[in-house]
Amino acid sequence: MDYATLLQLLDSTVRLATPLLLACLAGLFSERAGVFDIGLEGKMLIAAMTSGAVAAISGSVWIGLAAGIGASLVWALMHGIASITFRGNQLISGVALNFLASGITVLVAQAAFGQGGRTPPLSGNARFGAITLPFAEALRDVPILGPLYFEVISGHPLLVYVAALCVPLTWWVLFRTRFGLRLRAVGENPAAVDTAGVSVTRLRFAAVLIAGVLCGIAGAYMATALQAGFGREMTAGRGYIALAALIFAKWKPWAALYATLLFGFFQALALRPDVVTRVTTLDIPVPALEALPYVLTVLVLAGFVGKAIPPRAGGEPYVKER
Amino acid sequence: MTLKTILGALALSAGAAHADPALIFDLGGKFDKSFNEAAYAGAARWATETGGTYRELEMQSEAQREQALRRLAQSGSNPIVMTGFAFSDVLTQVAPDFPDTKFVIIDSVVEGPNIRSVVFSEQEGSYLAGIMAAMASKSDTLGFIGGMDIPLIRKFGCGYAQGVLATKPDAKVLVSWTGSTPAAWNDPVRGGELTRAQISQGADVIYAAAGGTGIGILQTAADENILSIGVDSNQNHLHPGQVLTSMVKRVDNAVFDAFTQGDAVEPGTVVLGLADGGVSVAVDEANQALVTPEMTAAVEAATAQIASGEVSVHDYMSDDTCPVPGF
Repeated sequence: MDYATLLQLLDSTVRLATPLLLACLAGLFSERAGVFDIGLEGKMLIAAMTSGAVAAISGSVWIGLAAGIGASLVWALMHGIASITFRGNQLISGVALNFLASGITVLVAQAAFGQGGRTPPLSGNARFGAITLPFAEALRDVPILGPLYFEVISGHPLLVYVAALCVPLTWWVLFRTRFGLRLRAVGENPAAVDTAGVSVTRLRFAAVLIAGVLCGIAGAYMATALQAGFGREMTAGRGYIALAALIFAKWKPWAALYATLLFGFFQALALRPDVVTRVTTLDIPVPALEALPYVLTVLVLAGFVGKAIPPRAGGEPYVKER
Repeated sequence: MTLKTILGALALSAGAAHADPALIFDLGGKFDKSFNEAAYAGAARWATETGGTYRELEMQSEAQREQALRRLAQSGSNPIVMTGFAFSDVLTQVAPDFPDTKFVIIDSVVEGPNIRSVVFSEQEGSYLAGIMAAMASKSDTLGFIGGMDIPLIRKFGCGYAQGVLATKPDAKVLVSWTGSTPAAWNDPVRGGELTRAQISQGADVIYAAAGGTGIGILQTAADENILSIGVDSNQNHLHPGQVLTSMVKRVDNAVFDAFTQGDAVEPGTVVLGLADGGVSVAVDEANQALVTPEMTAAVEAATAQIASGEVSVHDYMSDDTCPVPGF
């Protein structure tokens, strides 16, 4: 494999890993606070549709992004009310919200635009364009690192860099602030947090809403940056892959970055079976490459690659008194 | 389930002697800007021209196929037209139970005394698209991106590759598939990434035969300033000046004819090819500037050669092989 092909694969990896990373961090906030969120997929989908539709109508991608985040927040709020306020089953609430998003996105887009559940194609200011980072052109001729910087790191839409910045930010919030400490505590032992006089409900709602914002960015990225408009079921299971990545990353922010990059790399690799065949000299079927993230997750869950211990109070609604 | 009756403008004049025809859209939906939408256009044209009414039904899941067919047949719709090869198995079971109802299946051949099968010579239309692509290409590397990896789509790709190689024997044809499940018809993001992967290998014209995924392929091709080729419906207008042409399948004509003939539809297999206008490459104001006089001449020459039998384009589905390696 030559260097140019590798750069192209890595470039593709960055683009494909971004929605996974954002969704994975969303799941991380939510699950660290003890609320399982299987509804990442649905939140991304509703955000993709809303941002695509609003960007098309308003002609501004920023209004589209805000609307996408707003729609995702509504979904997060519903999940919060069902599973925190009313102590419903978190998994069932998430699944229900996924179905709701799957149906309502096509319905609304069809009613609004009559284009078969798609939103109109976006162009110009209604879409996030690629950003060339400083010195990318100048450093292009530097051997090895120049092309790496120009091809892989520079030249992505703004939201890719936002997603990358979310990783240190998440780490700092969770491990260096009082809010983060309490948030983690609420996922491990909510009774202790409650005894200390901090509201479990409020903390969990905060975590779920942060997840909503991150999923909103992920959905808007897909509809207004990666593609130019929403198409039905366009998230194509990325919310579930993000959940797998979260387990693979053992609920840690930096590990989430590496896990999603790895999964993104597998997805990029599945697009280039010719490269795989050339490097390995084996004719590996494409579905086998696509299944790799799931196989890895199963291995982690089975305890072959370290041990994945979820937050102890995950999945359980907190009941103050019996 | 969306089961609704569309009333034509002149419904009052319709007599009760004839049963209304029905149309079932396959997964992918009525407004897919491609295959199903072409079928809808045919039905809509029939309704406006004759003032007749028809029933239509959109499939929501695999499990509904048999139930949908039976319900329409029981309620007296005749003929019942269905789009898509996926109906083959179900139709084989249902058709014998309703001997007085005529069924029309598009894109697949099903034997039966009350079944008409309409198939298209997609390899011929794709061959013409291949000729145009080869002439438009500067890098002599052409791309083909298929949706779900099934023989029908290989038929498109194989015809395209033959057209390319007939024009430029040294050209390279890259082949990618979106997936091996029906989800492959609806993943524009993946389609876009496949397009970028082919561009990085030098492709500068890409033929998308991938249903809804094709929207993403055409979009990315336009973003990256290369040419693309649409499929089934005329997709030239999606990115004016950046879609070289579209391989149009006149599914609308097939539906229109079946509806017009009503319950007198002749059973048997009908093959619509270049000669009878069943497939063609679309030229309109959106792609005029891209189509050179040489291309038009080459396409016309090839059309005549195919019609006269001088050139025969191999049909992948006839023996599941292709003379071009890669399929």
